[in-house]
Amino acid sequence: MTDPSLSPAGAARLKARHSAERRFRLYGQLAILVALGFLAVLLARVVHQGYSTFWTHSVTMSVYVDPARIDRTDLEGNNFDYLAAGDLLKRLKVRDDALGLASGEAMDLVSRDIGFALLDRIKADPKVIGTTVTLTVPVKANADLYYKGQIRRETPAEDRKLSDRQIDWLDQMKREGMVRGHFNTGFFTRSDSTEPEQAGVLGAVVGSALMLLVAALIAVPTGVLAAVWLEEFAPKGRLSSFIEVNINNLAAVPSIVYGLLGLVLFINWLGFPRSAPPTGGMVLALMSLPTIIIATRASLKSVPPSIREAALGMGASRTQTVFHHVLPQAMPGVMTGVILALAHALGETAPLLMIGMVAFTPGLPETLQSAASVLPVQIFIWENAAEAAFHERTAGAIMVLLAFMIVMNTAAVILRSRFEKRW
Amino acid sequence: MPTPVALVALLIISLAVYWLGRGRARRMGAAQSLHSLPGYYGIWIALWTGAPAALMLVLLLAGGPRLEAVLLTANPPAAVAAMPSETAQAFWSDARALADGQTTTRIAWSPEERKILSQKAVEAAALKSRIQLAGQAAALVLVLAGFLLAWPQLSPKLRARNRVEGWTGIVLLFCSAAAVLTTLGIIVSLLYESLRFFHSVPPLDFLFGLDWQPQIAMREDQVAAKGAFGAVPLFVGTFLVMIIAMCVAAPVGLFCAIYLSEYAGHRTRSVIKPMLEILAGVPTVVYGFFAALTVGPALRSSFNYIGSWLVQGPLDPLGQYLMSVQNEMALTAGVVMGIMLIPYISSLSDDIINAVPQSLRDGSYAMGATRSETVKRVILPAALPGVMGAMLLAVSRAIGETMIVTMASGAQARITANPLDSVSTVTFQMVQLLTGDQEFDSPKTLAAFGLGLTLFLVTLTLNVIALQVVQKYRQAYD
Repeated sequence: MTDPSLSPAGAARLKARHSAERRFRLYGQLAILVALGFLAVLLARVVHQGYSTFWTHSVTMSVYVDPARIDRTDLEGNNFDYLAAGDLLKRLKVRDDALGLASGEAMDLVSRDIGFALLDRIKADPKVIGTTVTLTVPVKANADLYYKGQIRRETPAEDRKLSDRQIDWLDQMKREGMVRGHFNTGFFTRSDSTEPEQAGVLGAVVGSALMLLVAALIAVPTGVLAAVWLEEFAPKGRLSSFIEVNINNLAAVPSIVYGLLGLVLFINWLGFPRSAPPTGGMVLALMSLPTIIIATRASLKSVPPSIREAALGMGASRTQTVFHHVLPQAMPGVMTGVILALAHALGETAPLLMIGMVAFTPGLPETLQSAASVLPVQIFIWENAAEAAFHERTAGAIMVLLAFMIVMNTAAVILRSRFEKRW
Repeated sequence: MPTPVALVALLIISLAVYWLGRGRARRMGAAQSLHSLPGYYGIWIALWTGAPAALMLVLLLAGGPRLEAVLLTANPPAAVAAMPSETAQAFWSDARALADGQTTTRIAWSPEERKILSQKAVEAAALKSRIQLAGQAAALVLVLAGFLLAWPQLSPKLRARNRVEGWTGIVLLFCSAAAVLTTLGIIVSLLYESLRFFHSVPPLDFLFGLDWQPQIAMREDQVAAKGAFGAVPLFVGTFLVMIIAMCVAAPVGLFCAIYLSEYAGHRTRSVIKPMLEILAGVPTVVYGFFAALTVGPALRSSFNYIGSWLVQGPLDPLGQYLMSVQNEMALTAGVVMGIMLIPYISSLSDDIINAVPQSLRDGSYAMGATRSETVKRVILPAALPGVMGAMLLAVSRAIGETMIVTMASGAQARITANPLDSVSTVTFQMVQLLTGDQEFDSPKTLAAFGLGLTLFLVTLTLNVIALQVVQKYRQAYD
C-alpha cells in the first residue's frame, strides 16, 4: 500500500479490496466457528445433563422380617415394601399416623428393589422370617435427585416431588451414614423399567448388538460381493449403469422409507415378528447396503491396474485375481466403509419406529424372536417420559450410544491411517 | 431344531465335504495331473452339497411364518369367521403368540373363544414344527442328493476351477441384483399399500386437501370423513422446516467448505475435518434430544424475553404474541436440522470446490485477483452446478429427516409461514400414524403409505436431478 506508483484512487480501491478479502476470510472462520460451536454446545449439553446418571445413591438398612406380618401361604402377595418402610421410619424415630401416610411417604424414598430383595431372601431361605436382615438397595429416583442437588429444599414444596418431611428424613439418613454414593453399575446391568432408578441400558445394548450383528451378517457380504461384481466383472453397459444409478439413489432414500419397506415386506407379507432385533437388523441391512457398496467400489477403484495385470500375467484367472489380490489390497478401505456404515446404522431410529420397536420391553430379549429395545429407540422413549429422573438417564444413554459410535469411528480412522496403502 | 441352528449345521457339513473332496482330489492328483488345484474340487463338491440346501433353509426362514399363517387361517372356525376382520386378525396373532409362549394382546376373549384360541394355539405349534421339519427334511434330501450326484463326477479331468468360478459369478450377480430388488421392493410395497389407501381417499383430495385430521377416521361410524386426509398442511410444514434448515445450513456449510479448501492450511484442515465428521456422525435422535431440551427452551425464553420488552409499547400485539410462543415450533426443528446438514453440505461442497482445476485459480491469481475475488468470480461460478446439486441433496435429506421433527416441531397440522408456529411434517405424521396400536385396514394407518410414497417420489426426483447435475459437473473438469 506504500507503493508510490499507485494513484490515491487506486490506493483507496486496493484498500477496499483488501478489507473485502479480510471480511470474506472472517466469514469463513465464523462459519467454522459456528459449526464447531454447535458441536461443542451439543456435547456439553449431553454431558452436563448426563454425567450424573453414572453416580447414584444406595441405602443400607436392616429390616425385621416380622412373622406376624407375613403370609407364608402367599409369599408374593405380601407388601414387603410397606414392611421395610415401617422399619425405616422406626430407624428414623418417626411415629406413623393411623392412616399410614408416613409409611407411604417413606416407601417413596427407597427403591421397590427392597421388596424383591426381601422376597428373594425369604424364598431362598424361609428361616429368615423372624430375624433381622440387612439390605442395600438404591434410593428412589427423586431421593437420588435430591442427594445430587437437582431437587432443592429452597424450591416451594408444591413445585417439588418431595415433601418437607421426606427431605428431613433424607438428610437424617445421610447424617446417620445409611446412604452411600457410588458408581451407578445398575445403569449398565439392568434393562428398561417404569421406575427410573431401576432402569438401565443393558437390554437396549444387547438388542442393538443383536440387531447390528444381523445387519452386518447380511449387508457386509452382499454389499462387498455386489461391489466386486460391479467394479471387476460387470460388462460396462446398460445393465451396470442402471444398477449404479439405482444404488446411488438408494443411498439417498430417506431412512423412514426403509422402515415402511420393512413393515410391509418383512412384517405384513413375510410374517416376521414385530419389534424383534433380527427384523430391525434386516431393515438396517437394506439401508446400509448402498453405503457399503459405494465405499467398497471406491476402495477397489484405488487398487492400481498393475496389480491386476501382474496377477493375470502370472496365469491367475480373473476370479483368482480379484479374490486373491485385488480384494485383499482393498480390504482396509472396505473395512473402514463397513464400520462407518454400521456406526450410522447403530444410531438410526426412524425406520425402527416403523417396525414397532417402540414397545416397552423390560428385561433382556429371551429368544431371537422376542421384542427388544435398542439404544436409539430407548433414548427416544426416555426423552418422552414424564419423570425428571428419566431426563438424566436419556442423556446418560446418549453418552453410552456416543461412546459406541466414537469407538467405531476411531477404529475406522485407525484402519484408514494404518493400513490403507497409497499407490 | 431351529432353522438358524440347522444353517450352522449345514455349514459344518459343507466344510467336512470340502475337506473330503480336497483329500480325494489330492489322492487322484498323485497318479494323474489335475485340471485345477485340489481345493477347487473341495469347493465344487461342497457347493453342490451345501448351496441348494442353504437356499432351502433361507426360504424356510423367510417364508415359514407366512406359510404357517396361511395354513392356520385357511379353515377358520365359525366363531372366528363371524368376527370383524380386525378382531379375527388379533385372534390369529394371539393364537400364534400363545404357540410361541409369548405374551398375547390384551383383548379379553370370551370363554368359548378362549377355548378355540387354545385349540388353535396347539394347532399353530404343531403346524410350525411340521413346517420346520418338512423344510429341514427337504434340505437334508438336497444335501444327500447333491453330494451323491456330484461325488462320482469328481475326476482329474473335471474343470473344477471353471465350474466354481461359474458359481461365483452367479452369486456376485445375485448380490448386485439385491440393490435393484430393494428399489423394486420399496416401489411395490409403497404402491400396493398406497393404492389401498387411495381406494378410500381419492388421490386428489389427498394431494390438494387443506385439512389434515386423520384421527377422525378412528371413530367407527365416521370412516374417512371427506377432507380429513388433505396433506397440504403437511407439505407446507415440511417445506417451512426445510427452508429454515437450508437458511442455516447453506451459508454456514458453504463458507466452511470455502474456508477449508481455499484458506485453511494442511494442519487446520486435518483438525477441523474430523470434527465436522463427528458432527455428521451424531445420530439424529441425539439432535432431536438437543432440539427438544436445549434449543427449543432457549428460543422460547429468548422470544418471551423480547416479548416482555415490547409489551405495553407501540408493538404491544407483537409482544403479546412473542410471550405466548411455545417450545415446539418450526424454528426449533429447522435450526437443529440446519446444524445437522452443515457437515453434509460442507463435505459435498468441499469435494466439488476441490474438483475445480487449479489452472483456473492460478489464472485468476496471475491477473492480480485476491483470494476472495478468485472464490467469488472464478471458483464459485465454475462450481455452481455442483454446489446446486449438493444443495438439492441436502434438501432431500431435510425433507426425509424424521427424528428431529418428531421430537421438536409439534403436532399441529396447519398451513402457516410463521416459523414460530408449531407445524407438522410428512415424516412426523408417518411416525404418528404407524406407532402405537394399529389395525392394518383403516385409512388412518394406510395414510402413512400415501405420505411415504409422496416422500419417496419427491426425494427420488431431487436425488436423480442432483446426482445428474453433480456427475455432469464432474465430467466437465475430468
